[in-house]
Amino acid sequence: MPEPISRDTVAKVARLARLDLTEAEVDRMTTQLAGMLEHFCDVDALDLSNVQPLNQPIPLTNVLRDDVEQPSLDRDEVLGSAPAAQDGRFRVPPIIGFEE
Amino acid sequence: MTRRTVVDIATQVAAGSLSASTVLEENLAAITAREHEIHAFNLVTADRARERAAEIDADVKAGKKVGRLAGVTISLKDNMCTRGVETTCSSKILAGWKPPYDATVVRRLADEGAVFVGKTNLDEFAMGSSTENSAFGPTRNPLDTSRVPGGSSGGSAAAVAAGFSAASFGSDTGGSIRQPAALCGLVGVKPTYGMVSRQGLIAFGSSLDQIGPFTTTVADAALLMEVIAGHDPLDSTSLPQPAPQLTSVLANGVKGLRIGRVADMPEGSSPDVLARLDAAFEALRAAGATVVDVKLPSMSFGLTAYYLVAPAEASSNLARFDGVRYGLRVDAKDLNAMYGATRAAGFGDEVKRRIMLGTYALSAGYYDAYYGKALKVRRLIADDFAKAYAQCDAILTPTSPTVAFKFGDKTSNPLAMYLCDVFTIPTNLAGHAAMSVPFGTGEAGLPVGVQVLAPALGEATMFRVAAELERAS
Repeated sequence: MPEPISRDTVAKVARLARLDLTEAEVDRMTTQLAGMLEHFCDVDALDLSNVQPLNQPIPLTNVLRDDVEQPSLDRDEVLGSAPAAQDGRFRVPPIIGFEE
Repeated sequence: MTRRTVVDIATQVAAGSLSASTVLEENLAAITAREHEIHAFNLVTADRARERAAEIDADVKAGKKVGRLAGVTISLKDNMCTRGVETTCSSKILAGWKPPYDATVVRRLADEGAVFVGKTNLDEFAMGSSTENSAFGPTRNPLDTSRVPGGSSGGSAAAVAAGFSAASFGSDTGGSIRQPAALCGLVGVKPTYGMVSRQGLIAFGSSLDQIGPFTTTVADAALLMEVIAGHDPLDSTSLPQPAPQLTSVLANGVKGLRIGRVADMPEGSSPDVLARLDAAFEALRAAGATVVDVKLPSMSFGLTAYYLVAPAEASSNLARFDGVRYGLRVDAKDLNAMYGATRAAGFGDEVKRRIMLGTYALSAGYYDAYYGKALKVRRLIADDFAKAYAQCDAILTPTSPTVAFKFGDKTSNPLAMYLCDVFTIPTNLAGHAAMSVPFGTGEAGLPVGVQVLAPALGEATMFRVAAELERAS
């Protein structure tokens, strides 16, 4: 079984998940995640050595439609519900150049 | 209060002996009387509903052919996209968002003449078992307002139990239709994975989610399933087959069916619930079924596997809520800072907890130890079911280990809340069919639900068993 999850790992996972957690949230989350992961160790009672993982319950693969043009969503309607749009596109803050 | 069934409304409205507007006004009157204490809805769409009901009445008067659900009032869980009508997932991160399209299920219901009453409350992003995790406040159980309606589709269950609509729809990822149906005394169906289109259902766990109905009768659920099920080219996980025939099998009885009793069932159910389960087996036996003992040794590990698989899928699905295309944005100096600030402000505690757990379980160095292992447990559960269904046609378990519990009883301990779903989760992992049927009452006179499980595409058998339980209850 892996090491119990540390506060540093929780902070790193929060960055990966793009979640700005407060210090108090990181503390609380460390305790709660550790509890859940410990519970997960129950499965160590099972012999899983020759078991194939089951990703999804039905055996459909590569479902593709014919490559024919079809109408799409109305662009103005889609952009109309976005937080910010300009010139027919989603508008976002600067992507680079503000690293500290 | 007049309790009209889906079948009665559809039949009488089509025949011109009842108007869709009359049905709707009865529901709206019930909403006016009790919604302030129940909070089943995030949004009541009374004006749209009145227009739709009037259209249907005009069509009937003009002698036009109307659909199979003409005038049937329906509430929709607020994680199903409705074009131009606010869809929030009971989350601050989507508040105010109006989808540019209808979910396939919504379209199919509308095409058959359904009248949509409103969007119902849920645990934020369907993560919870009590509807206490909604960003807009909890829903109360109409049968006892000091208790929860179950979750995550608590608003949908409450809406039908309180007479706000004839039926409603929810989504079930680990029990989110069946458990609230049980706690509110309703029929609730989780169809076989892939039977009902997920297109336009805002995803939680994509390999687990299915949409299904809440109704007051088994026949109503059968009719609604026939309308919503069947292949949808817009969902790549939709099974390539038509909707099952269910309304025609309800009178067939259970003679000759083999009903499985799980000999090694997880412990922890209350005695009143177990007594009703025993009575259900007796009723089926009296109707000509045989009861056989089956074993599901990995069933108790379902919960454990689910609470890694579902958060892992959720952490990926919920990455799309980033302040760019819809919903909330918290402005910041650059894109990454905007993502982090938006998601911190927009998501509630339980959603954050599951995103964190899922992200961790999928991250480099931990994948094999957690997510990979959980998928292997998932395989064992599917294999156990396959062995059990070699010996029986359907299995009965409790739906929920207890009747509806009080507010706050389980909110401080996530694991205690997760245990509500111990009987419902294995079905989602295996992708099978399941439904909850009300079967008498337990503690404090509150309803007890019995869960009928069937293999993938076993809906016809499942509905025969459910109909027999309904006749016996």
